[in-house]
Amino acid sequence: MIATAPAAGAHLLSQVGLLAGRSVVHAVRSPAQLVFPIAFPLFLLGINASGLDAATELPGFPSASYLDFALAVPFMQGALFAALNGGQDLARDIQNGFLDRLALTPMSGGALLTGQLGGALFTGVVSAILYLLTGLLFGAGIVTGVGGALVLLVLAVTICMAFACFGTFVALRAGTGEAVQGFFPLFFVLLFLSSAFFPRDLIEQDWFRTIATYNPVSYMVEGIRSLVIVGWDTGALAAAFAISAATIVVFLALSSRALRTRLVRT
Amino acid sequence: MSTLARTRSVALAVAWRGIHNAFRNPAFLLPSVLFPLFFFIAFAGGLSNLQNAPNFEYASGYTAFQFGFVCIQAAAFGGVFTGFSIAADFEFGFARRLLLAAPNRGGIVIGYMISAIARAVFVLSVVFLAGLISGMQIDGSLAHYAALLVLALAVSATSTLWSAGIAMRLRTMQAGPVMQMPIFILMFLAPVYVPLPLIAGWVHDVASYNPVTALLEAARGFIAGDPTKVAIAAACLVVMFVLAANWARGGLRSAEAAG
Repeated sequence: MIATAPAAGAHLLSQVGLLAGRSVVHAVRSPAQLVFPIAFPLFLLGINASGLDAATELPGFPSASYLDFALAVPFMQGALFAALNGGQDLARDIQNGFLDRLALTPMSGGALLTGQLGGALFTGVVSAILYLLTGLLFGAGIVTGVGGALVLLVLAVTICMAFACFGTFVALRAGTGEAVQGFFPLFFVLLFLSSAFFPRDLIEQDWFRTIATYNPVSYMVEGIRSLVIVGWDTGALAAAFAISAATIVVFLALSSRALRTRLVRT
Repeated sequence: MSTLARTRSVALAVAWRGIHNAFRNPAFLLPSVLFPLFFFIAFAGGLSNLQNAPNFEYASGYTAFQFGFVCIQAAAFGGVFTGFSIAADFEFGFARRLLLAAPNRGGIVIGYMISAIARAVFVLSVVFLAGLISGMQIDGSLAHYAALLVLALAVSATSTLWSAGIAMRLRTMQAGPVMQMPIFILMFLAPVYVPLPLIAGWVHDVASYNPVTALLEAARGFIAGDPTKVAIAAACLVVMFVLAANWARGGLRSAEAAG
């Protein structure tokens, strides 16, 4: 792949394209990286839609169907898996010396980072489409219609990129797949301590509601959920997009610095 | 030395090593403590309003309801984590030396099972402490809680045998998900969040025939001081234990054949 890379001065876009292509090919050739992140969240959605259906009987519950309410959760879980896989891929590249070899080429740091995220982006797009189609197949309704479904996909992919940037930062800082794997429970803690499974105003325990209120994941989930069960809630959408975009900017900047440090070391 | 004495000596040596490793190296023990604690906090904290759903009938409250699930889950996953240790022992060659040295190899599996039970006692104590701190309603008597402990330890032993069977067949740490996923699926296809009658759709049908449902209902019955479906839970456990023991024995034969 590097042998065919353009010489020094080549366009940034083609550099990104080369690395992103490599990343996507790797994702496609590793079925475990595609199948598990897609199947597991759908399995949990199926269980929760039945197991927590009684919650819809509570006064003030915002949806008559728990499937509609919980449809946002697989998008978040899929994003977590994409981040984990993207981070692990990069950590593997660091461990097996690929990154060092890449550093000897005219490849720019920005292209390297963006290209590496290509696999995560691909997984995010594929899984988001499948979650949406599966939800619709099993009777979920999107109150915002086709337009809302498209915005939902864009938001889901943006969230996926946000988590992938975090995974990339961890991989660059730690340099090992084990370290990236070690961060995975943290992602899950963030998801479970959010409003992913219950509306914030119906959470009884004050301490839990406080954590969920300060947890940015709550706003990402609520952004997706608003398109499914509420309608065009600009506040919820703006919060979800803003938090995701800020996460991307912050962790891309941190990743860029971590990459420079790592390349100086080598 | 009789066969029984040889088995006991091997079992105790392997058990001591497992317990020693687990308590000397927090990285081994921590996941088995943190996972159930996390589920307990997330479910009992975030979903407690479910107890106000129509027809939710469990007198001891939602924290106690989730404590029943977490006890069984902690016990089951404790066995899985022991399975990880067995797989690591094979991957790093220790288990092969153990197979060569042990006069009775069945004792090796029993030893792993004892160490899993010791770990489960510790984890369940921590979870119980967390329950007390969170204000869990205690309605069961000491005898009920002793019965709950026996139930959880039997689950841990069964889960260890299941995981050992896989670890000894595949002999690699990559076998982890193969041990974990079936137990995870069985656990979550049971009444985790609400009692069985409140579960809707296909999960209700599956949960009605899932043996873990009986275990959870028995555990929650003990916690509430109102034993429920104890005979069914005991029967399910006996059947699962016998099947898992045979599975582990097959795994041991496979490991022996591999040399």
